[in-house]
Amino acid sequence: MIQTLPITVTVNEKVYQREVEPRLLLSDFLRHDLGLTGTHVGCEHGVCGACTILFDGESARSCLMFAVQADGHSITTVEGLTKDKDNLHSLQQAFWEAHGLQCGYCTPGILMTLVPFLEQNPDPTEDEIRHALSGNLCRCTGYQHIVDAVKLAAEKMR
Amino acid sequence: MKPAPFEYYAPHSLDQALELIRGYADDAKILAGGQSLVPAMNFRVVQPSVLVDINRVPELSYIRGDGDVLRIGAMTRERQLEFDPLIAKRTPLLAEALPFIAHPQIRNRGTIGGSLVNADPAAELPVLMLALNARLKASKVSGERWIEARDFFVGMFTTALEPDEMLVEIELPAMPTRTGWSFMEVAPRAGDYAMMGVAALITLDEKGNCMKAKLVYLNAGDGPVDAQNAASLLQDERLGDALIESAAKLASESEINPFGNIHASVDYQRHLAKVLTQKGLKQAVQRAEGTLQ
Repeated sequence: MIQTLPITVTVNEKVYQREVEPRLLLSDFLRHDLGLTGTHVGCEHGVCGACTILFDGESARSCLMFAVQADGHSITTVEGLTKDKDNLHSLQQAFWEAHGLQCGYCTPGILMTLVPFLEQNPDPTEDEIRHALSGNLCRCTGYQHIVDAVKLAAEKMR
Repeated sequence: MKPAPFEYYAPHSLDQALELIRGYADDAKILAGGQSLVPAMNFRVVQPSVLVDINRVPELSYIRGDGDVLRIGAMTRERQLEFDPLIAKRTPLLAEALPFIAHPQIRNRGTIGGSLVNADPAAELPVLMLALNARLKASKVSGERWIEARDFFVGMFTTALEPDEMLVEIELPAMPTRTGWSFMEVAPRAGDYAMMGVAALITLDEKGNCMKAKLVYLNAGDGPVDAQNAASLLQDERLGDALIESAAKLASESEINPFGNIHASVDYQRHLAKVLTQKGLKQAVQRAEGTLQ
């Protein structure tokens, strides 16, 4: 018999109760069980960064955690950055304005990496920005417009 | 992606965790930060039938000073170590090296104990434990023992732990006075596994001669490589450029044993080791000399 366990997880300030198989990855739980498909899955072994979420406020790879581990914890996904499509988070707005995305696949992971980064480094140098982005792969932009977007966001958020 | 099915336990105390791993021993894997284990499970390279998740054992996460040593709980996250003032003060080598470990997203979850038990020859923390003369505490239901870092890493991805034992604490002696340090590595991109890396420690006597030297390498063999011959070449000497070059040559040509990979040939790894050793030793000497004034 397949073991399932009850979990209670807060995602984007909403409380969810579900029964999950222990082997269910947190990334698949968010996408398939909760329908929050903003969290993308790329490599599924912690290299590409597309599935980055905030786990208790800190960035983490959701493909390297099991959903059962999130029991009692609080998660923010890209859907939680803003509740209003016409009123984007400053970082999202900056990505829009500076052309920080092309296909958009890596974007949610990059946003969720940069939100805590900018909180901890409100005035980053280009070097620091590139270093912060090193754990997220983008195959379209060549990163230059992402860097520009982060600089713009930092100005907006200061 | 789905790892192979497993039974899952999340004990709330160390005693419960040790009972579980005694019961399941070889069939069980301990889940710490999961930053190496979960990828391996996703690929089904590792298929434990039981997973003992120790993330809910609060007593395993701490950093505290205890006389001359630092005590670090095995489940302490790497990100926590990175910003800890006590670590920066007592073991600045460790503080300097932590940001080289993967990315912040990984360090937010990854733990010191998990990395040590994983014993990846390309990882930073095993090298640092050897360089800093750490002692590691292993516990099991029937008792505990202390293992010197140099005896802990017995081969590639292999440690001295028995199947029913768990690493619970790391004891780090403070770096001695008049000690300079350096940690350097070269990776294809920031956060990637390094092609080569070295931790260097130099302790000077009051006259500025080398009292003790330590050189430990990553990705240079089937575990952290302690280049003792190169270090003893430096012993009791004034560390000028020529001597430093000889030590770098000795370590890179005859003490390390790199395997080469898709990013770097063996020759290139040896070249990197030589250059990094020279740079690292110079930085360590400079820092040690800074403490003499």
